Amino acid sequence: MVIAIGFEGSANKLGIGIIKDGEVLSNCRTTYITPPGAGFLPKETALHHRENVLAVLKDAINESKIDVKDIDVVCYTKGPGMGAPLATVAVVARTVAQLWNKPLLGVNHCIGHIEMGRIITGAKNPTILYVSGGNTQVIAFCRKRYRIVGETIDIAVGNCLDRFARILKLSNAPSPGYNIEQLAKKGKKCVTLPYCVKGMDVSFSGILTYMEERAATLLKEGYTEEDLCFSLQEHVFAMLVETSERALAHCNSTEMMIVGGVGCNERLQEMMEIMCQERGATLFATDERYCIDNGLMIAHAGAEMYKSGIRMKWEDCTILQRYRTDAVEATWRKD
Amino acid sequence: MENFELIKQGAEARIFKGLYLGKPTLIKQRFEKKYRYPDLDEHLTKERIKAESRAIVRCKNVGIETPALYLIDLKKRCLYMEYFEHSITAKEFIMEASNEFIEKLSYDIGATLAKMHENNIIHGDLTTSNILIVNQFGEKCFFKDYSKLKLVLIDFGLAHIDNSAEDKGVDLYVLERAIISIHDNPEKIFGLILKAYRKNTNGHNNVIAKLDEVRLRGRKRLVVG
Repeated sequence: MVIAIGFEGSANKLGIGIIKDGEVLSNCRTTYITPPGAGFLPKETALHHRENVLAVLKDAINESKIDVKDIDVVCYTKGPGMGAPLATVAVVARTVAQLWNKPLLGVNHCIGHIEMGRIITGAKNPTILYVSGGNTQVIAFCRKRYRIVGETIDIAVGNCLDRFARILKLSNAPSPGYNIEQLAKKGKKCVTLPYCVKGMDVSFSGILTYMEERAATLLKEGYTEEDLCFSLQEHVFAMLVETSERALAHCNSTEMMIVGGVGCNERLQEMMEIMCQERGATLFATDERYCIDNGLMIAHAGAEMYKSGIRMKWEDCTILQRYRTDAVEATWRKD
Repeated sequence: MENFELIKQGAEARIFKGLYLGKPTLIKQRFEKKYRYPDLDEHLTKERIKAESRAIVRCKNVGIETPALYLIDLKKRCLYMEYFEHSITAKEFIMEASNEFIEKLSYDIGATLAKMHENNIIHGDLTTSNILIVNQFGEKCFFKDYSKLKLVLIDFGLAHIDNSAEDKGVDLYVLERAIISIHDNPEKIFGLILKAYRKNTNGHNNVIAKLDEVRLRGRKRLVVG
């Protein structure tokens, strides 16, 4: 039996979760929300994490009803992410590990998403679409590693959505993507936008530029904000579903899983579901508790690493802003 | 499309086989993708059928093996083309073939891509599943005599014409990634492909430099999660 605590703060979400052999004991989170039209910057985000981390930690411990003595391993996000927020949270994880005299493990954020998705949904060996504010990857497990089969060659899909929300000055609460999704539900007309798929890779910067340059004109020409949100979603999600389908076919896989913050978009899930039905595959998706960055996923992935015998020296418990999904050997997977 | 039999559902299309004008024929039907907004779906489908037909014709002109094109039916979203009775994908071939044959194949892939790029044809979706190995003598035998085999490129739906090193570099990069994600000894296979590519192109220095650049681009984009 392994009880693990996980600290996550690679972007604007600060999360701490405790897990006991796959059983969720607590999963607490707070989000740094910026005013409409503005994004989150490293310095201010780190400040937010610093101001809130102890309160979230207390909540997570209280909610879990465990004694900190019983924790086996302290896990934190090693990367990828923004430097300052990562470092802030890593310092706290390092401190409590020493206070409580527990081993410390740095976890790859992307692996956290994947392993959390697998345990929540029960998918065995899925092809994975990982979509968030900073990452867009199509991933398949092969030769002991999560291989990136396709990915964005410029900005992440979530970044494209967030920045489009800024053009329209939409609220960043609870998240820009959520507000785009709600508006898109009322959209009726679809504007033709650039559609950019290269093999299994995708590109979103062209669509964003197109929108930046033309949104104002389109609004004057009779398209509504709802129409623009709808058009954007239809285009970028179609690109993601298309590359996912190609990866499914390439890897002869029958399971598809969506993880990451954009993964809780219901229209994306719906499109993916239709694609899966058409080819006899099964879709696995999770809701916002596990899709959006959280501490629990770090705890769970860390626990898996810990059980498989991985230990880290203090001097290796650093942070990495760039840390690829395929840089980690999945020692805990037996297939 | 009577008397045609569905043999495969690929990522993009349904594949049927049968007889058309007395010839063994494959129909590639880009059926409606229900997940896509209908106008967008129709637009993309037509673009791709056109792209594929154009690229096939252009390849034929410069002597690259592709299936012969028999009929284009935009309304039914179908392409009719030559069906190879005895063929396997390069992916299947690599899984089973001897090292010697894999080396020969890798070299041939490199040489074929070189010819394609020399003529400014960008495939757009190079994978080992999109390269067919065909026995020229119609025998159902792939692992005995390499000289009887020929290499046929398929799936030109994302193809276009471009003379830039950028697009050629990305084309190679897409293939490299597909190989890494599926084959056991990717460095060796792709290394040989590049070696043959270099030998058979003139402007290869620019393209290889671009490939290196695109690879780095690949690593850079990992930022926040």
